[in-house]
Amino acid sequence: MPVRVETFSRIEDAERALSANQAARFFGGGTILMRAVNEGDQSFDTLVRLTDPAFAEIRPEGVRITLGAGVTMNQVMASPDLAFLAPVARSVGGPAVRSTASVGGNLYAAAPYGDFATALLALDATLTFAGQAGAPMPIDAFMRERDRHANRIVSAVSIERPRETAAFRWLKVSRVKPKGLAVLSIAAHLPRSGGAIRVAYGNMGPTPVRVAAVEQALQGAQLTEQGIGPALAAATQGLSPPSDSLASDWYRREVAPVHLKRLLLGQTG
Amino acid sequence: MAKKPVQFTLNGDAKAAFCDDAENLLDFLRRGVGDLTPKFGCGQGTCGACTVLIDGDPHLSCLMLAEAVEGRTVETTAGLATGSAPHRLQEAFMENFAAQCGYCTPGMLMAAKALLDRNPRPSRDEVIEAISGNLCRCTGYEPIINAILTAAGTGQPRQTG
Repeated sequence: MPVRVETFSRIEDAERALSANQAARFFGGGTILMRAVNEGDQSFDTLVRLTDPAFAEIRPEGVRITLGAGVTMNQVMASPDLAFLAPVARSVGGPAVRSTASVGGNLYAAAPYGDFATALLALDATLTFAGQAGAPMPIDAFMRERDRHANRIVSAVSIERPRETAAFRWLKVSRVKPKGLAVLSIAAHLPRSGGAIRVAYGNMGPTPVRVAAVEQALQGAQLTEQGIGPALAAATQGLSPPSDSLASDWYRREVAPVHLKRLLLGQTG
Repeated sequence: MAKKPVQFTLNGDAKAAFCDDAENLLDFLRRGVGDLTPKFGCGQGTCGACTVLIDGDPHLSCLMLAEAVEGRTVETTAGLATGSAPHRLQEAFMENFAAQCGYCTPGMLMAAKALLDRNPRPSRDEVIEAISGNLCRCTGYEPIINAILTAAGTGQPRQTG
């Protein structure tokens, strides 16, 4: 079945075209969908493409930063406003992948991909959809039922800048150096001056996930060997890690507390 | 299947050709334009053999829609040499035995060119990062890293063997 490409300059028109055809898919950077095209995937017949420059803009707005969903990993790395996210973007593929891999695409990337979405989860990002009125959707709610939003267009992602540089921490565990798929990834928002503690894992489930038990254990805790003990004990509580070619679920459960400890104690360098 | 016109610049020359709907840039360059230097390796964005430069940035041509290069500038290995004179990267690859089977070489060269165009004096770590999306199953990477450092003239490459 031949695949058709429909290109639009306005996101409203792209959204209408996507809504009108259940066999249409929104084409972001291409690192996910072009693989399917190359494999002869028959589950879709149309690619909906958007050329609006605003879709790929980074807009600082006071304490918040809004990223168009078409912003690439290379754009993130080059933005002074997003310096705290540069290590996350750099961990996504090689330079050629990062030229096209987009923020919006990463939200939908199946495990073992989705490292950037894991970071956005720890930053409590909010998502805006094309054609959506009302308040933006918290990323946590989006991830809990991601499949329901498969045929929508995320237009933008908004995050609050961490008030302290050291408040945001990131760790990707890979068996291949310098680059490889994540056995797991961990992102954390750990403000010293008060504020919400958030810890998110990537590749410890079908989507990136917040770890409520760890977050609760870290409330008021000192980031010392003794202080983080309860958080490490709860490191995999309530999770169902996958078994895949990278690692078994047992292995992921074994190593998650080890890497969480390194992240919390600042021993990731 | 619908054909779409694409006008772009390939290695400094204006090109106009028709691509198929949803055709990837790699197939378009090889079949539609006749530039056989980008290689098909995996079609999954994993191996880097199809790497080309678009407006100076490395891209995986197997994951690009051909129509997306409308009005843009594409560089491939075919444009590296000047007449019969190889590019300094090509010379360095020969001097350092950085190609064995040679299948990854066009992608490696373009990834390296993207690096040197932006950062003429890269460190060893920066070279490793620049080719981190390109697989080589023959060389063990050291001769390739040494070749790129040689082309950049950044000190003594690490001795191997």
